[in-house]
Amino acid sequence: MTAAQLTAQELTDRAGLVPFGPKPRRTSAGRIGIYAFLIVASLFFLIPVYIMIVTSLKGMPEIRLGHLFNFPVEPTFQPWADAWLHACTGRDCNGLSPGFYNSVKITVPSVAISIICASINGYALTFWPYKGANLLFGLLVFGAFVPYQVVIYPLIIGLSSVGLFATLPGIIIVHTIFGMPILTLLFRNFYAALPVELFKAARVDGAGFWRIFFSIMLPMSVPITVVAVILQVTGIWNDFLFGIVFAGRSNWPMTVQLNNIVNTTTGVREYNVNMAATILTAAVPLIIYFVSGRWFVRGIAAGAVKG
Amino acid sequence: MQRSWRHRFHLPAVIGTIPMILVAVGVFVIGIGFSLLWSFTSSKLFPSYDFVGLAQYRRLWADNRWLVSVNNIWFFGLMSIACNMVFGYLLAVFMDQRIRQEDLFRSIFLYPFAMSLIVTGLVWQWVLDPNLGLQAAMRNLGWSSFSFAPLVDANTAIYALVVAGIWQGSGVTMAILLAGLRGVDEEIWKAARVDGIPTWRTHVSIVAPMMKGAFATAFVLQCVGVVRVYDLVIAMTGGGPGIATSMPAVYVIQLITVRQNVGQGMAAATMMLVPVLVVLAFSGLVLWRRKRRQEAAT
Repeated sequence: MTAAQLTAQELTDRAGLVPFGPKPRRTSAGRIGIYAFLIVASLFFLIPVYIMIVTSLKGMPEIRLGHLFNFPVEPTFQPWADAWLHACTGRDCNGLSPGFYNSVKITVPSVAISIICASINGYALTFWPYKGANLLFGLLVFGAFVPYQVVIYPLIIGLSSVGLFATLPGIIIVHTIFGMPILTLLFRNFYAALPVELFKAARVDGAGFWRIFFSIMLPMSVPITVVAVILQVTGIWNDFLFGIVFAGRSNWPMTVQLNNIVNTTTGVREYNVNMAATILTAAVPLIIYFVSGRWFVRGIAAGAVKG
Repeated sequence: MQRSWRHRFHLPAVIGTIPMILVAVGVFVIGIGFSLLWSFTSSKLFPSYDFVGLAQYRRLWADNRWLVSVNNIWFFGLMSIACNMVFGYLLAVFMDQRIRQEDLFRSIFLYPFAMSLIVTGLVWQWVLDPNLGLQAAMRNLGWSSFSFAPLVDANTAIYALVVAGIWQGSGVTMAILLAGLRGVDEEIWKAARVDGIPTWRTHVSIVAPMMKGAFATAFVLQCVGVVRVYDLVIAMTGGGPGIATSMPAVYVIQLITVRQNVGQGMAAATMMLVPVLVVLAFSGLVLWRRKRRQEAAT
């Protein structure tokens, strides 16, 4: 469990260290080489998205000319509108928008429920460990490493036996289940770092399990909750496997709709519409990434610390 | 760690953690138990309890598609983890040279990780599309013999997956290793310089071994990513051309949905669990020995 010895906090703190010492004034060959390497690497990361953006703004005749890297001669936003409203999967031509609303309907309750469960778990494990609690926690951490494929089929059978397979509550339950190991670990580590005296004082004053949780722990959990929200929103929004298996056709999230639109085998491939659809699907997590900045890195690091 | 309230039974704590009890026991114990159970049966679309011993495992290991999948995941895993580590470390070292615009570079290297693997797969499918992507662009620029279409060739499609994996994941490796590099004491660099050790040698022999924690973190993250390679394969190649890029994760889902062969699917899923159990047992042993040594030392 402690294979990774850096905590999330340390990672971001160190990543955030400002370079110190005097700025190098000479532009030696070595410095040029450093920047050359970094810029070439940046191109590797940027070019695919550059291609997507310019292609999504071109009309199909212009795309067929094959000038992949050129700016659009006659920029058009029609592909974007088509992707949102009219793109087809099989016979349905409603575009991506139903997928977007489905993703919102799946993501919001899943994030809320999984974080509520995980914070109570972490709190109980830290301050109220009952007999067997640590064994349960061990099982949960083990679950973080289990390949999804091992438990997917039993879950399908279990959920369909209570009539929740291929429904919105079903997919929310699935996301809550698979978010629980890592989130519980996150909250447990956070509460374990709080001073025990805080809890003891509240106990002496006669506060019980829920009172201490709501009045003391919850207000202090804001930073870790922000990390958890970022982790869960991007994770659930980007999910494909659970969406396609558990959500059911009418609740398919945006990633599933996108894949269906793009990898549909019938008809002419409208590359501009496909690329616009892809950018729209990536937009939500990308906005979160650019707005949250350092918090996002901390979330990733927290995700890694489960090792 | 003697706390007076420890191990006393508190009903609210148990009630509050009912979801955890259900998930830990219901999903990760009973669920896996059922998967294991069904792998010994002749279940087709629905589970049955007609036990057939190890027949499903024998059929699994006689299935060419499964053998290809197993080969692929090892190849993809080793290639992508090795490339990610090397490229990520290089990026981290270059980022650590007190460069300007560090935040800008960091954002550029990391943003693919924020996006869905489906998006990554589609992006690279287009970049490598022979009629639309790099090959067409190069031919248009006048290099008419330029040939680069890894996705349509069964021998090279998996390399394309590795490239997409690097594009998506090496930024994170960079961020984690950079944090590790920044944690190495500045004095060590000075001491090595005084001793006249070349920079690359300091990196390989002194600094890298000191960053064990960061490397372990990055490695674990990579392994989890390799296991989740399902989305990337579906979006980029669909397991093709033919079965050339099939992976165990794809294979299992196909068996329980399209091919309606749950018994064999569960046998395959159980085989996926085996390496995880081996690694967990090994790391548990290492931790236990280290703990015992520490206790002996004090």
